[in-house]
Amino acid sequence: MTSETLVEINDLNFSYGRHAILKGINMTMPRGKVIAIMGGSGCGKTTLLRLIGGAVAPSSGYVKIAGQVVHELSRDELFQMRRKMSMLFQFGALFTDLSVFDNVAFQMREHTNLPESLIRDLVLMKLNAVGLRGAHKLMPAELSGGMARRVALARSIALDPLLIMYDEPFTGLDPISLSVIGNLIRRLTDALGMTSIVVTHDVQESLKIVDYVYFISEGVIAAHGTPTEVRESIAPFVHQFVHGEEDGPVPFHYPAESYASDLRLRSSFA
Amino acid sequence: MPRRIVIGIRGIGHRVIDSVWRLGRASRFFMLMLLKSTTSLRRFNLVIREIYFTGVLSLIIIVVSGLFVGMVLGLQGYETLQKYGSESAVGTLVALSLVRELGPVVAALLFASRAGSAITAEIGLMKATEQLAAMEMMAVDPIARVVAPRFWAGVISMPFLAAMFSTVGIFGGYLVTVVLIGVDEGSFWSQMQNTVDFRYDIVNGVIKTCVFGVAVTAIAVFEGYDAPPTAEGVSGATTRTVVTSSLAILGLDFILTAFMFRGMS
Repeated sequence: MTSETLVEINDLNFSYGRHAILKGINMTMPRGKVIAIMGGSGCGKTTLLRLIGGAVAPSSGYVKIAGQVVHELSRDELFQMRRKMSMLFQFGALFTDLSVFDNVAFQMREHTNLPESLIRDLVLMKLNAVGLRGAHKLMPAELSGGMARRVALARSIALDPLLIMYDEPFTGLDPISLSVIGNLIRRLTDALGMTSIVVTHDVQESLKIVDYVYFISEGVIAAHGTPTEVRESIAPFVHQFVHGEEDGPVPFHYPAESYASDLRLRSSFA
Repeated sequence: MPRRIVIGIRGIGHRVIDSVWRLGRASRFFMLMLLKSTTSLRRFNLVIREIYFTGVLSLIIIVVSGLFVGMVLGLQGYETLQKYGSESAVGTLVALSLVRELGPVVAALLFASRAGSAITAEIGLMKATEQLAAMEMMAVDPIARVVAPRFWAGVISMPFLAAMFSTVGIFGGYLVTVVLIGVDEGSFWSQMQNTVDFRYDIVNGVIKTCVFGVAVTAIAVFEGYDAPPTAEGVSGATTRTVVTSSLAILGLDFILTAFMFRGMS
């Protein structure tokens, strides 16, 4: 990870009340790379994205994007920064009252004074990049899950951002759509020279397209490395996660009293 | 037993604290919305679009209800007034009832159930499906872009809907009493013209509709924005919009009437 850093996360802590979600996270994300953040459900992956996007402030530590500490920005400055970043939500979050075309044109109309004829051309180019130019007149309700995710991807690259965050982009997709979305993330990152942060627990699909992986477990970085290092890792947590093993450092059983005492068995049977 | 009492008192305390918090959130939200309304007023096409959804699409229920309310008023008024030989005053009765009270109140109640609930459900669902969060991430303020245009559309639509309700209601009263029963047309209209005062009756009625419009729409947008992002959350918020708005309309109507019409005429 030697190229210029776009996102720097330093000793980041975050708690909901007394419940610590993230504990001392450190990451560096260079420009032009696809970074995956993996971990089980509820390990704090999405919270980390919200911290990077400035939706919540950390308890301590900081997230720095292009040299600016996110939680120290005023609301106006944060909005200025968000024009350079984008987020793809788990189920697309398309505006249901706007057509596919208007969804992709939304940011252009809100943030620029471009003439409508130019917006039309740009929108069709963005839609063409995700293979849905022909669907520009459809409403979001008429799209399949995979198509909605692709339109959301076209919308998120509308203003050519420096950084795109993907929150579980592979959830609920059929194998074809899954592969299409994965390849699009890789291709668009390379073509536009942006940085992509993919939060996912889809190991096999994401290892095909990412440059670097961070594993989060119980609020800390349990392991990190390139996809090859991750595949070959013998670290128990990484091995269990990558190979989807039922038991290991992440136990099958939720912590409980001993089985025998729960079943009120006498010690001779226990 | 004492433990139950403690739990009961604690429950009441929680509810009171929650209500005060909610009231505080609602006030803060309302002030924020007013501050961020400049975008809506500058890009008035956003408000016009919402006027279509909240105002124009509410017209049918307003017109049909107004017609029937006016017809019933005509029938009941004629029934009572003819006992005293004053059936020619039925036009006055219909017009004053509608312009002062029924027009603003019933139109606002219908508006709350038709448009208020729709606004809450729409904003609540936008929140539940992360559309508002997506907008925030696109550096577009959802309060300025989604909430404020709907609020102003409701505030603008309400007086027109109430005016339409009263107008159609008076026509309904005319149909029943003059066309069907045969009350003298000249006295129906002339008594109405002589008795209904523009400043005292009509302007006060319009002021009421404006207050109701602000109350209903503010409740509707707040409930939608504050709804928990789940199916139960949105359905609960929609119900609360209708219930709270209806109570607010009736309570405000009493206060406004007490200030506007005390001891006069």
